Amino acid sequence: MLSAAGLTCQRGDAVLFRDLGLELAAGEALLVRGPNGSGKTSLLRILAGIAAPAAGEVRWRASPDRAARQLETAYQGHTAPLKDELTVVENLDFALALDGAPKSRADILDAVQEVGLASRRNLPARHLSQGQRRRVGLARLVLARRRLWLLDEPATALDAAGLTLFCDVLDRHLAQGGLAVLSTHQPLPLAHPARELNL
Amino acid sequence: MLFKYASPASFYPLAGKLAPVFAVIALVLTAVGLYQGFIIAPTDFQQGEVYRIIFIHVPSAWMGMFIYLVMAMYACLALVFNTRLSAMMMQALAPTGAIMTAIALWTGALWGKPTWGTYWAWDARMTSTLFLLFLYFGYMALDNAIEDRRRADKAGALLVLVGVVNVPIIYFSVRWWNTLHQGATVVPGSSKMADTMLAAMMVMTFAMWAYAIAVALWRVRGIILEREKNTAWVQELLDRP
Amino acid sequence: MNAMAEPEAEFAVLPGFVAVLRRDLLLAWRTRAEIAQPVIFFIMVASLFPLGIGADMKLLARVGAGVVWACGVLATLLSLPRIFAQDHADGTLEQMALSAYPLSAIAGGKLAAHWLTTGLPLSLTAPVIGLQFGMDAPTQGVLVLSLLIGSPILSMIGAIAAALTLGARGQSLLIALLVLPLYVPVVIFGAGAVESFGAGIDHGAHLALLGAGTLAGLVATPFVVAAAIRIALD
Repeated sequence: MLSAAGLTCQRGDAVLFRDLGLELAAGEALLVRGPNGSGKTSLLRILAGIAAPAAGEVRWRASPDRAARQLETAYQGHTAPLKDELTVVENLDFALALDGAPKSRADILDAVQEVGLASRRNLPARHLSQGQRRRVGLARLVLARRRLWLLDEPATALDAAGLTLFCDVLDRHLAQGGLAVLSTHQPLPLAHPARELNL
Repeated sequence: MLFKYASPASFYPLAGKLAPVFAVIALVLTAVGLYQGFIIAPTDFQQGEVYRIIFIHVPSAWMGMFIYLVMAMYACLALVFNTRLSAMMMQALAPTGAIMTAIALWTGALWGKPTWGTYWAWDARMTSTLFLLFLYFGYMALDNAIEDRRRADKAGALLVLVGVVNVPIIYFSVRWWNTLHQGATVVPGSSKMADTMLAAMMVMTFAMWAYAIAVALWRVRGIILEREKNTAWVQELLDRP
Repeated sequence: MNAMAEPEAEFAVLPGFVAVLRRDLLLAWRTRAEIAQPVIFFIMVASLFPLGIGADMKLLARVGAGVVWACGVLATLLSLPRIFAQDHADGTLEQMALSAYPLSAIAGGKLAAHWLTTGLPLSLTAPVIGLQFGMDAPTQGVLVLSLLIGSPILSMIGAIAAALTLGARGQSLLIALLVLPLYVPVVIFGAGAVESFGAGIDHGAHLALLGAGTLAGLVATPFVVAAAIRIALD
């Protein structure tokens, strides 16, 4: 469903990767590995359509249309896009409105409960730890139900329980025919077999 | 055919060949224009000899405006066709445009002192030329402040397009403001200009045009080398004895 | 069947605009002390002028409109980096670029929020300065009207510059450099309206031109800001 061919990424004078291709079918996950600065984030941003590759093309459902791909894509960068002054629920409410998938308060509270933040739901995001910020992102993924997940270092800052939770959510996503590309430094205890790409 | 020279690698040698040609043209025309303007053209019966500064003042003011328009054209090309060379040309032209505008302001002030008794009179033309200079400064500052080359090119192009839409509005508003405040309105030269004066002014305009092209081509060669320093063809060029 | 959300063929524009506007206004309310700063600055800078040029009320009344407009521009400049900086830093801007709604609709929401939290309060506090400069009530009315009609242009041009300079070195000074020459017509027509009114000349033309500028800006600016954001994220 997701394919890319001939991708080249250049940052300043440095070429991060050249002529990179990938192919991902429904229910598959791809783990992108590589040292710092090898272009993992750049690759995810190109797949998401935020950045343009220096050469090459990304296709989704065999079409190069970026806007159509974005409607089914959930991208999470390495910072959690949360506003310190808004509560967990308010942040999620806005994020889902932005995704064009507004959810009722009850749905949002269910998801917040699922990711273990029920007691923090009305706390301004300023008071959340890094791991808890990640969990808010997880709640958003669950609620928005996009087909393609592009996650940049989703496992960092998560504790053991958080990691298990993340892998459960991801496994469920894959079982439902979802796709995921994620960059990670650590091994993920996924039930689904995942392919790997080394940059 | 047209796009053949849109690649930096093939434009670099072409620019190298053309730049000296335009430099020579500029030199010859400047000599002719200055001779015509300062020796042949008659003394103005109202202003005496000082009026002769218009042979530099008016062409530089025109070039200041014209170069901004050319940059806007390159900005369109850069954004629509994503051509790298257009952005490089913008970068190469901006300093020349700024210098031309600055010369126009400077000579205007020098001309103003003996004619209206003051260096600066908030005349509509001079005021809008001042803001044109600020637009050049803005572009150069932005171009300089963004680290990533590709992003700097596109941001600069968008800024120049926003600017070029605003130039006529700024000019119109300043004129409006000027009539409201009844400041100085100066018509450059008296309405009847001797043919020799007009001819000298045109020759000087072409001289500055040729100068601008020559300087921009030289500068763009430097920019091309700088930006493409990691490509094979530049390495080859540098290895050549 | 899988429970994955199918993409909807067509999205309206309005919900994106409203969501961003609502969130930005909520954020402004939560950080209202920060939002009040440009307004306080506006009044403080204007209060310096009589100290510099003397307390001759006749002279002050004559320069009042120009001072208010120039100080309004400076106060707006202070608020510009804030439009996108936070969203850029925490990754929200990327999410906006990936939103289901057109980026121009989202940019429109941010523009509206900026004007409501900057241009509008500045316009409404201008009479405080007008009093200090000895303006009479009808003149004050024209002053406020000129600010209400003209200040959206300040937000719009400012937002373009703020988006273009994201991630650039020395952003706040750079914005000022880009924006000030473009603000010239707004200041001329805004202050000109008040001055014409005082001189007994028709001031409607000035206001009409300001209004035309605002309308033209409303049509074009969201798209330009969207393009600038995409450039900044690339």
